[in-house]
Amino acid sequence: MARRSFLQWPVVRQLSTGDLLGRGPAVTSPQTRTITPRTATADRVVQSVCPYCAVGCGQRVYVKDEKVVQIEGDPDSPISRGRLCPKGSASEQLVNSPGRQTGVLYRAPRSTEWQQLDLATAIDMVADRFIETRRRTWQQEDEKGRLLRRTMGIASLGGATLDNEENYLIKKLFTAAGAVQIENQARI
Amino acid sequence: MANADCIIIQGSNMAECHPVGYQWVAEAKARGAKVIHVDPRFTRTSAVADKHIPIRAGSDVVLLGALINYVLTHDLWFKEYVSAYTNAATLVHADYRDAEDLGGLFSGFDPETGAYDTASWAYAEQGGDSIDDPGAGTEHGSDASARAAGHQFGSGGPPLEHAQVQRDDTLQDPRTVFQILKRHYARYTPEMVQDMCGIDVRDFEYLAHAITENSGRERTTCFAYSVGWTQHSLGAQFIRSAAILQLLLGNVGRPGSGIMALRGHASIQGSTDIPTLFNLLPGYLPMPSAGRHDTLSEYLEAIASKKQKGYWTDADSYTVSLLKAWWGDAARAENDWAYDYLPRLNGAHGTYETVMSMLEDKVEGYFLLGQNPAVGSSNGRMQRMGMSHLKWLVVRDLNLIESATWWKDGPEIESGELRTEDIETEVFFMPAATHVEKAGSFTQTQRLLQWRHQAVAPPGECQSELQFFFQLGQRIREKLAGSEDERDRPLLDLTWDYPTDEHGDPDAEAVLAEINGRHLNGPDAGKPLSAYTELRADGSTSAGCWIYTGVYADGINHAANRKPGQEQGPAASEWGWAWPANRRILYNRASADPAGKPWSERKKYVWWDQEKGRWVGDDVPDFPVDRAPGSQPDPDLGGAAALTGDDPFIMQADGKGWLFAPKGVVDGPLPTHYEPQESPVANALYPQQQNPARLVFPRADNLSAPSAGTPGADVYPYVFTTYRLTEHHTAGGMSRWLPYLSELQPEMFCEVSPELAAERGLEPYGWATIISARSAIEAKVLVTDRMRPLAVGGHTVHQIGLPYHWGVGSNAVVSGDAANDLLGVTLDPNVQIQESKVASCDIRPGRRPRGEELLALVSEYQARAGVTIETGNRAVTNPALEGIEPGPGEGGRAAGGPG
Amino acid sequence: MGQLSGPTDPTADAHWEHSHPRKGFFTDTSICIGCKACEVACKEWNHNPQDGNLELLGSSYDNTGSLGASTWRHVAFIEQGQERITEARETGRALVNLGMPRIGPPAPAAPAATDLAEADTTPPDTADFRWLISSDVCKHCTHAGCLDVCPTGALFRTEFGTVVVQDDVCNGCGTCVAGCPFGVIERRSNGTVKVATSREEQHTEHPAVPNVGVAQKCTLCYDRLVADETPACAKACPTTSIKFGNHDDMVETARERVAGLHAQGLTEARLYGANELDGVGGTGSVFLLLDEPEVYGLPPDPRVPTADLPRMYRRAGMAVAGMVAAAAVAFLKGRA
Repeated sequence: MARRSFLQWPVVRQLSTGDLLGRGPAVTSPQTRTITPRTATADRVVQSVCPYCAVGCGQRVYVKDEKVVQIEGDPDSPISRGRLCPKGSASEQLVNSPGRQTGVLYRAPRSTEWQQLDLATAIDMVADRFIETRRRTWQQEDEKGRLLRRTMGIASLGGATLDNEENYLIKKLFTAAGAVQIENQARI
Repeated sequence: MANADCIIIQGSNMAECHPVGYQWVAEAKARGAKVIHVDPRFTRTSAVADKHIPIRAGSDVVLLGALINYVLTHDLWFKEYVSAYTNAATLVHADYRDAEDLGGLFSGFDPETGAYDTASWAYAEQGGDSIDDPGAGTEHGSDASARAAGHQFGSGGPPLEHAQVQRDDTLQDPRTVFQILKRHYARYTPEMVQDMCGIDVRDFEYLAHAITENSGRERTTCFAYSVGWTQHSLGAQFIRSAAILQLLLGNVGRPGSGIMALRGHASIQGSTDIPTLFNLLPGYLPMPSAGRHDTLSEYLEAIASKKQKGYWTDADSYTVSLLKAWWGDAARAENDWAYDYLPRLNGAHGTYETVMSMLEDKVEGYFLLGQNPAVGSSNGRMQRMGMSHLKWLVVRDLNLIESATWWKDGPEIESGELRTEDIETEVFFMPAATHVEKAGSFTQTQRLLQWRHQAVAPPGECQSELQFFFQLGQRIREKLAGSEDERDRPLLDLTWDYPTDEHGDPDAEAVLAEINGRHLNGPDAGKPLSAYTELRADGSTSAGCWIYTGVYADGINHAANRKPGQEQGPAASEWGWAWPANRRILYNRASADPAGKPWSERKKYVWWDQEKGRWVGDDVPDFPVDRAPGSQPDPDLGGAAALTGDDPFIMQADGKGWLFAPKGVVDGPLPTHYEPQESPVANALYPQQQNPARLVFPRADNLSAPSAGTPGADVYPYVFTTYRLTEHHTAGGMSRWLPYLSELQPEMFCEVSPELAAERGLEPYGWATIISARSAIEAKVLVTDRMRPLAVGGHTVHQIGLPYHWGVGSNAVVSGDAANDLLGVTLDPNVQIQESKVASCDIRPGRRPRGEELLALVSEYQARAGVTIETGNRAVTNPALEGIEPGPGEGGRAAGGPG
Repeated sequence: MGQLSGPTDPTADAHWEHSHPRKGFFTDTSICIGCKACEVACKEWNHNPQDGNLELLGSSYDNTGSLGASTWRHVAFIEQGQERITEARETGRALVNLGMPRIGPPAPAAPAATDLAEADTTPPDTADFRWLISSDVCKHCTHAGCLDVCPTGALFRTEFGTVVVQDDVCNGCGTCVAGCPFGVIERRSNGTVKVATSREEQHTEHPAVPNVGVAQKCTLCYDRLVADETPACAKACPTTSIKFGNHDDMVETARERVAGLHAQGLTEARLYGANELDGVGGTGSVFLLLDEPEVYGLPPDPRVPTADLPRMYRRAGMAVAGMVAAAAVAFLKGRA
């Protein structure tokens, strides 16, 4: 051990490697000698797609200990060939941003502040309001007696950043409930 | 695009907004292709293009019309392509009158409703009558507009009764589309371009040469656009003009050709295909309208006649399969497959109308799903005031966006118009999962579905929309269980039994399988469908979105196909899955000549193999695969069976590319230049100033500035245009919370020319206040030669550039005034998209006033300009033109005529 | 002992046993779209803190200003009128075969340049305005001033011929900062990933800023090169404006590109950093510029402070020898 440490002394390494000016292998630190990219130590790599614009660049998501440690371009993608723009390159920060909200917040009528609410309660409250508003604002037919079967009391906006499967469930549920004012960025 | 010989980027800032897509342009350029950027501003796209041509915002139809005119008068059109593949030879109804004859209006305009009756634009029928659309009579333009009917044709053209058209293959008959086109654009000259667009004649000629020299058998030109074209009161017509030009030059359906729509959101294409839109059902089927679609048979008749050509004739199969997917066994033949479970439209229910309903307290609950309208929608004040009238608001996002916090730190709190303690709205902020925390598919801008695998679980209480809506649906159904109320049947009968994992979360792949569809009975019961041609109208198949059928063929998730690009050919058909049928270029039959041979070796793509008796090539042929080039089936067969061997446009009712649109466009069969809602320039082409069919909202909270020639126009003398920067994403919800992006573009700014800075005393990097008829905002000043004053109609037009990423709030890393607060709401009548690319304003040095003084400043300007709710909102500019309705055979020439 | 100036192989000089080919960048500014993906990809990979005060810098679209301890790729934006473009075209034509303009011995007039000068190379579309965009980075000099003056061995020459700071060794003395002729290396001072406004209380704590006080600069992603991966900036670059590879190939590609642009009449193109006779022995990162280096904020004649060291040592050595001789004489005299 002591002997090995002695061999790691820069001056000894300077003489033994021929790096007399101490600019190369003679001065590497233990950290340097064991350096490994976190892409190599990740537990798994998952193929994904950039969430920003509609070019659809391929991404590789590197996961270590169930946390995303790096997101970069997927060179296999025939669309993007591994490249990403600044937004795509910032995707890891999007996921791990310190400013990101991870808890439900609720603002009561006339309140000046948020309060916390648990998720199950929040979904239950939204379901109650959904049903109540739907009943209150129901339109069965128009003035000429033609079927309308809808509510104009519930609306939604959004979908262009969501998955096809998500848009499908939104459209399906809202249409079945008679809510027609469903819109997204495609109109904007 | 990498195969193009010339690329025109117009109405798009591609290098900034689609940097990675731009690699294909860069590659084409390195190969020798010419790249020209036509844009009001010199942007990062201009910096790497061969040439930048500055244009006045909103004048694109003049330029494109002049290019059409140039191609026609110099006889540069691609004759064999145009004759065989477009409707150039088709005759139009005798009653048709052109905008050239009526001072800027087409025949059929009704000043009462501000909309067109499009009957006189129809094709002439063999025999003398006109070919109208099938179903319950002719729909009035205002109703079609309310349904945003133009949007419906996202995957094909509008219906015709049948396809027995009259043709004059010599193209000499004055009623042929070709002759009408020639007359319509005759006054769109290089001089007119100079006068209206501010583009000098040499630049115009450079552009015209570049395009025409790079079109034909051997070469192709490609156009790329994005919201720089769509966000206008005649946005759909901008794109139509480019389509006409490209059809004339043979640049559709061929490698390196076409008109590329560059879309701005990861799955904005998907959210149109599977629409979270009021007017559509999945696969571009219309939402039913009361009075037009009261029964299933009325609905199906109105979509497509069984006698017309193309694949829309099978709309019954698509519709019934959708109803089966949603309501399963409750959808039966005897109840018209539960057609009456669908709610009905009876007017426009778009996002802006919805916000106006909020202000009238008609909307109680609102879901915001990854969208930030307080910053990203036009007339931001109207958006926020609307939300303050809600009973409840659910905001689902990654960050505490301004649309979630307006009640405590929005601009109206600062101005005193709202007081937090008075706002009754309940707000739920529900944290969302990011793209790596859920599995699912995005559909990108070339219609390609790409699956994302889940990398990690969402943190804390974050949920995907899939999880949230599945659970919300479950909860609602539980609460309604046992209800005898007939109106609850659609919810209770809904198929909502997706397999779940150990946390109770639904399997996204099971949802994709439902979208794809399956056989419901017979030996294949339960088996996924392979192609939309397998869909049936007898209830034996289900499919949640017919154009996506095939994505889950053989039970394999083809959206997750990931054969590396470097191991595949240029079409890369084993990466993801493109709708329809994994086809990469639509209408690719047009890449071969009428005899089925490639137009040239260089542009070979899909061709007829005589020996095999099939269409073959580098892509999936977009044509009945065994229909020989010379086939002339009986047109009465209808549907795909009626397509002749040279009908490449298989979703159009006559199989042809439409130079002239006899149906489907509500504001004119040919694109015609009108000025924007607000403009300091008078329309030099017609007495009609604005698009007469545009949708206006005359309201005190949505005032318009006076246009050229009316008093007060000089109070708002400058043009402003809004846009995005590379470093940010739309309203900032996914960028202004990230330090690495925020530091790159930290502050709201405006871009002005040195001349304008001198005229108004603006200091470089100092503050300026920009005032419109709606609001006033402040921004730092970038004085730059990249903004160039244009000489238009004898005077100088200054344009001001405003990125729209910032918003007023206290939670983001960077915040600032929102450009969208300056905008009003005036919509394109085809698709109901707002005009946000051009409006009028004033600019002055210094920061804007705070509190009530801000409102006072805006009012002072309004008073000085004499603005009222009527200002700018007349449908017809010249009252002498109102009530024009030329009878058949009459000249119909109006007073005032072409000016 | 390795050389301190002139053409050489720096990896061999550092006595690496298993040396790789020297690696480097070629940044082709003529196809840069200024998207700044390189800046973000670099920061994200290296977890460098946000810097700056979140205000417009007053420099076109550039809001990071310059290379520094936390910004290892920096994109500059320069707006120019026609006069300047014509001038750049002229100066570029004169410099066609010079690696780095205005330095080193007078270049022998390259025949290729003469040929080009005689041909009609007026490009079809002479712009009356242009927006130069260029992504700058550490030059990884053949003779690196920062490395040569580092007293602690914190800076070292890697087996790829690049120059890297070892943050576990650096004591923050700052000698290297003065040693860099390009002003690239800096000590990390007050850069933080803090946000401009108050945060809600449930927000997680901000990550601590790493390596405060330590000298920092581009590592050419040493921690990726060891696993045969491309540096983050070059991998992200949408238009391949940033290319990465063997230094020799990069220089070769750069020369071909300049020749290609000159053939199109775009004689404003010139190389920067490819002249091994310059004051730093040529750089590991080479650039294709479209104007004089000063226009981009680059020194026209960078010179490593140690370049004069051998000469100084020789003189000092002579002086020492003289003094020793004198002392010896004196000693001997004294003894005698």
